[in-house]
Formats: sequence, C-alpha cells, structure tokens
Amino acid sequence: MADYKHSVSLDVSKCKGCTTCLRRCPTEAIRIRDGHAVISSDKCIDCGECIKMCSYKAKKANHDSLSCLEKYKYTVALPAPSLYGQFDHMDNIGYIIRGLKDLGFDAVFEVACAAELVSAYTRLYIKRSDVKKPVISSACPTISRMISMNYPFLIENILPILPPVDIAAYLAREQAKTEHPELSEDEIGIVFISPCPAKVSYVKNDFAKERNYITDVVSVRDVYFALLDVMKKREDEPLEATESGMIGIGWASTGGESTAIFNERYLAADGIENCIRVLDQIDNEDITSLDFVELNACNGGCVGGAMTVANPYIAQARLQALKRYLPVSPNRPASEWIPDEFFNENSLEYSPAALLSEDRKVARQMMSEIESIKASLPGIDCGSCGAPTCMAFAEDIVRGQATADECTVIMKMLFHQYLDEHKKKSILDKLTAKNPGKDAAGSGDAEPKPEGVAE
Amino acid sequence: MPEPIRFHFDVDGENFTSAGEASVAVKKKLRQLGYSPDIIRKVSIAMYEGEINMVIHANGGKADVEVNDDEIVIILADTGPGIPNVELAMQEGYSTARDNIRALGFGAGMGLPNMKKYTDEMKIDTEVGVGTTITMKVYL
Repeated sequence: MADYKHSVSLDVSKCKGCTTCLRRCPTEAIRIRDGHAVISSDKCIDCGECIKMCSYKAKKANHDSLSCLEKYKYTVALPAPSLYGQFDHMDNIGYIIRGLKDLGFDAVFEVACAAELVSAYTRLYIKRSDVKKPVISSACPTISRMISMNYPFLIENILPILPPVDIAAYLAREQAKTEHPELSEDEIGIVFISPCPAKVSYVKNDFAKERNYITDVVSVRDVYFALLDVMKKREDEPLEATESGMIGIGWASTGGESTAIFNERYLAADGIENCIRVLDQIDNEDITSLDFVELNACNGGCVGGAMTVANPYIAQARLQALKRYLPVSPNRPASEWIPDEFFNENSLEYSPAALLSEDRKVARQMMSEIESIKASLPGIDCGSCGAPTCMAFAEDIVRGQATADECTVIMKMLFHQYLDEHKKKSILDKLTAKNPGKDAAGSGDAEPKPEGVAE
Repeated sequence: MPEPIRFHFDVDGENFTSAGEASVAVKKKLRQLGYSPDIIRKVSIAMYEGEINMVIHANGGKADVEVNDDEIVIILADTGPGIPNVELAMQEGYSTARDNIRALGFGAGMGLPNMKKYTDEMKIDTEVGVGTTITMKVYL
C-alpha cells in the first residue's frame, strides 16, 4: 500500500499546527511536525474528517477540475445522487440533468440508476447459501479500506459486486460507444461527480482494476457552483427527467441502500466512530442474525461527504421531497443472475498499518518499551507533543519519530524543578518587585513546589 | 525466554457502552506485534466475552493479558458473586442473566462456552461470595 494515492492533502501555508485534526482522525494518521500537520499515507483512509474539522481550511480534497471536459470529444457526467440534495427550492431533477449538459457534458448517466441495479443484484446475492453473513456494503471506500487494515476476518463479508459508480461508468461507456461508434476509447470522458475524497482515491487507485472506466473525478461542490450559474440563465421547464427512482436516490443517505434489500435483517450506521464500533462487534461475533450491514463513514451517509455543500440532514430532507413522486425502482436488471462484469474480482487484502516490526522479537521489545514509556507520560492526551494520545506519542518515541522532550507537560515539570534548584525564590522576588500587583500571589508561591504541573 | 509483555485493564462494571474496550485495545496491540488474524481473533473474542461477563455478573473487574513467546495468557479476575455450578454454567444456552440484561441482547448463555471454544486452555477458579478468576491461554 506504499504507493497508495490519497486525495486528502494539506496546504502547509494555511496550517497553524493546531490539534483539531490530530484528535479527530479516526486512524491516528496525523502528527504535528515542525509546526504543521503531516498525514501518514499508510494509515489515512481518506475519510475526510480532517477536511470537515479544520478551522483554517488547510486540509483539502484533491480532485479533477471541470476543465477536464476539454480533454475529450465526448463526455458523460456521472452525478452521485447526493448532488441532487444540494439545491434549495428545486423540485425536478431534470434541471440538474439539463444544467450538466449546459455545462458542456454530452450525456448524463445517473449513478442512482446503477445503484438500483446493485440493489437488485444484492437481493439476489444475499439469498445465496454460500455467502458469509452479514454481507457488508462495498459502497463506502473508507469503510472497505478500514476493513482491509483492521478487520481481516470481515474482508470476505464485503459485497463482491462493484459499487454503483463503477457499474454506471461501465454502462455509460458502453452506451456512448453504441450511440457514437465513430469515437475511439480515448475520446470518451467519463466524469464522476463525487461527494467525497474517498471515492476519488477509490478511482485513482484503480480498485476496480481493468474495470475502471472512469476517466476523471470532479467534486459535487465545484459542480454545484457551476450549475447554479447555468441554471439561473434558464427560465423554461426542462424537457429532461430523471431516470432513477426512489431506491437509487435513497442511496445518497444512510439506510437507503439497506431498505432496498427488502429484508428487515439489516443494520445501517453512519459516522466513522459508530462504524468502527459496529465492525468491532461484528468481528467479535456479537451481532448475529443480520443479513446486511450498510456502513457510511460520513454522518448522514454520502450527503455528508467532505466535497458537498449542504448540511447532510438538510440535503436528505430535500432528497425525500424529490423522490416522493418517483417510481420505486425503474432500473431493473436484464437477468436473474449477476453478470460477471459486475463482480469485483479485485478483492481486498489484509494490510495491517500499525505493525511495529516484521521481526517479532524486535516488535516485542518495542512494545515493552512503549508500555514503560506510556506509564511515565501524563495520560491527558493533550496533543501538544504532536501525537493524538500519550499512547501514540510513546509509540512515536519508540519508532524513533519523536523524542521524549516534546512532552510539554513533562517539560513544564522539569522547568519547575529547574526553577526550584536555581533559587526560585530570588527570581520570584525580582519579578514581584517589578510587578507589585502580583505581590500577594507571588509571596504565597514562594515555597518550592515539587509538583509544578498542578499549576 | 524474554520477559512477557503485560497489559492491564480495569473493566468498569457500571458502563455497558464501554464493555469490550479492553479487548479492542488488546486486538490493536496484537496487530502491532504482527500476530496472525487467527490468533488475534481467538484472544479478542474470548476476552470480549469475559469482559461482558464481568460487567453483567460481577460489577466489573480486572483484565490482565500476558504475551509470552509461546502463548498469550488472559486473566480475568472479579470479586463478584462467584459461579455456584461451573458445569452448568459451561452449558451452551444456560444463562442466569436478568431480564433487563437480556433485553440489551446479552445473556444468551454463550459467554463461557465461547471462551472455552476460542482458547486452548481455560481454568475457572471461583468461590461463591468471593469472586471468580478465569485464566485462558491461547498457544502461539
């Protein structure tokens, strides 16, 4: 995984080296070094939590820009259904479809349509007797990466069917080739409009291998602002209409994918911390009698992605209104079996990120040192050293990535000891002489305090 | 033989939502040490069941894990009511959990049997009114 391409990155000039992202990173992938955050490529799962949390907008998601349209003769937009929830006072998805064409796309293939096919295939899949339950959704790449790093026994549970975006890309490309046989493969651009950086990474790392038909990934945010411009210029009703139904659009929020399996033995969770707890319990065989588990790293589901504009719950309310009069699931698979091209052959491999050393003896020695250093640390997880917790700091020390003197609490204690040793009283006397207002406090503190930390 | 690595956890008896935290922490440490997924799973499930048991029956207790060269030893000690009939308690499905505990989905009577199933050795020292200490070993 060394060459894993991430789409969460840092603008060093904006980063103040505060500890907000440090503490919120679910995989402890961030450290503060030399006054700014550093993201460990091995541990990052592209969840985008740090982007959402950063007070200084220093974390950003890398994605392609809309100028990518110029590279191709023919382009197809693949809008994620979460895009539809971004617009206020919009009662017809046709406005978006027409708007995308006004932006320069030649065609639109809604990811929600492919999602309905995936739902139909999932229903077939979970009925099979040879399937390991609960089947875990493959739609959230952050969850899949988390499972591959920490839950080797659950890798088999992941739905082996490609996520909707890959199926949409495949079908969109086939359609473009059929309708325009004069075009060569390179002349067709398949542009996914993504709500989150994890899906950008998913595409850029070729998780679907040779089945990767997506050429570019742009953000819901960029497309939203571009669409606002073109949509304002039109006053007439659009002729286009959405081809997806309630089920496809439901995939944008948590529970949408699960309810589409038409079976009450499901669990749907969102928010990365909740998902981790659920995975821990499934891993301990503590949740039984479930057929399907949908886990979305973002609060609210894909509408909560770091590349969206609207609040996830507001977006969800809008989607409920938009899908209300749509048919349940107009996109039906042509077959009663799952076509081979819709299976993901590229199954995940266990890749533990936290390994101390390949050599067990060395690893054991390091673990012993970590435990003994940890015992001497204050245990307040303040983050001032640049590590998210005292435990992580102890690990960093033993791995040679930090030194013990970076603990500000210990340093403060040593500083006080130093003051005591070097006639603290005389220094304080000098200070109080210069600053009579502090006199009362100063004289009260004149006795040396061995536990200076308490101050 | 190198010194064993020891981990100690206090298991809070009042807090169901944090039950299982020690086993999650141990799982992470074993991953860092590079043990195979099979070993980690055995230790994790056995310890998780034991932790839950201590919370349900004994108002918490102490969990100690020792990683040796050839085995991992898990010692779960509580000062709870003790187990009057160990043989009965070991039967699958046997449970003394109160209804409010069962309503939370615990107390299915699989705790002790699962602990035995996932470990290579298990010893129960118990005395009614004094407490229970369960020692489990997973061979490496």
